[in-house]
Amino acid sequence: MITLSISNGVLAITAAVTGIALVALALWLAGLLSPRSYNVQKGEPYECGIPTRGESMAQFKIGYYLYAILFLMFDVECVFLFPWAVNMRALGGQGVLCIAVFFSILVLGLVYAWRKGALQWK
Amino acid sequence: MQDLSFITGWIDSFLSTTCGLAPWLTITIECVLIGLGLLLMYALLALFYIYFERKVCAAFQCRLGPDRVGPKGLLQSFADMFKMLIKEIIPLNRVDKFLFGLAPFLVILASMLSFAVLPWGNGLQVIDFNIGIFFLLATSSIGVLGILLAGWSSNNKYTLIGALRSGAQMVSYEISISLCVITMVCLAGTMSVSEIVAQQANGWFIFKGHIPAIIAFLVYIVAGTAETNRGPFDLPEAESELTAGYHTEYSGMHFGFFYLAEYLNLFIIGGVAALLFFGGWMPLHIAGWDGFNTVMDYIPSIVWFLAKAVAITFIMIWFKWTFPRLRIDQLLSFEWKYLMPLCLVNLVLMVIVITTGFHF
Repeated sequence: MITLSISNGVLAITAAVTGIALVALALWLAGLLSPRSYNVQKGEPYECGIPTRGESMAQFKIGYYLYAILFLMFDVECVFLFPWAVNMRALGGQGVLCIAVFFSILVLGLVYAWRKGALQWK
Repeated sequence: MQDLSFITGWIDSFLSTTCGLAPWLTITIECVLIGLGLLLMYALLALFYIYFERKVCAAFQCRLGPDRVGPKGLLQSFADMFKMLIKEIIPLNRVDKFLFGLAPFLVILASMLSFAVLPWGNGLQVIDFNIGIFFLLATSSIGVLGILLAGWSSNNKYTLIGALRSGAQMVSYEISISLCVITMVCLAGTMSVSEIVAQQANGWFIFKGHIPAIIAFLVYIVAGTAETNRGPFDLPEAESELTAGYHTEYSGMHFGFFYLAEYLNLFIIGGVAALLFFGGWMPLHIAGWDGFNTVMDYIPSIVWFLAKAVAITFIMIWFKWTFPRLRIDQLLSFEWKYLMPLCLVNLVLMVIVITTGFHF
């Protein structure tokens, strides 16, 4: 297999630049091609027809944030599990034992959240 | 299996030896070519998926689907794209202009970066980090930020509800996806995409890992459907209650990016499932059937990869047109009370299977 002498970092930047260029070019092209008209009503929020009342950038249901916190906990756990998963065979029984302790603490966390009713949508 | 990297090797030697260009210039030209290649595949797949989804949906509903533009309606998605390009992008009064403009960039960036990690074929892979699959998970989760920003900055009640639902849903199901990936990384013993594929030369992981791998695949495909905001999990854009969810305020090409990214994310989920469970671009081999194996080797690797990814996405489109939409509380408790504990148990099962040598 032939591999080019471009480092992965450069390739990742290439992909990122490609994505940004796609959006920028398409928006520029759309700006050239699309018609333009101005109307005060057109700029209003698309809700239900009657004028909008109040700001929509408001505080919102706490339930969603609770899931965000739970996510943070378990996602960090996943990040910790990855290096172990790669070296699982090399680390052997001791590694499995160590991760079992870590894992059971985490499961306890889930059980705690469950018992506290954090997973209940209210 | 034919090594397709001769194409990149040929271009490289043509630029550096035949044209005698300096190394930095060669690399720049190659990067531009890679970018163009990515862009081409991205656009073609998006156009294909728009057509494919509409045809499949039509078939499930006993309709014909698009059949007027071009033979069998094949040019329909091109027409759609041009229509989107010539639609006005409406200037809105009350949005946060910077964040509103930033959101499509983030959504496209996330899908383009994860798109570049996929193993397209033997020797056809753009980014090959040694933490490839981890990089893929990391980049694909940037999309959540784009969706949350889109909903928040629009200053509209529907978009706010849609974005928060979408955020809660995507971060929840991401954990299931990560745990499924960890399960398969345990089996593979590496995170590099090319090595994961190479390990499946003598049998795909879904056969090698049997029970835990099959459970991981089933969980992955359900969580993947939720991750792309599709199918029975399309609450964020539930049109009967939220107009169009988080992208209600977007018009013209601005909306087009969300549309594009949705289909590309569908493909990426299919591609990752093909990579982790069905051997990436590896052809189907059955031990002992030498004639069959030789014939399978003649099929180009890129065809194998695309065929697997499209087959898996077909199942996901099938979900969408079969199951009714869930409620938000059902959706979240399904993830946290059923899928995630199942994933955790499955990970333990996989560890037991590997340590006892029960896998093939």
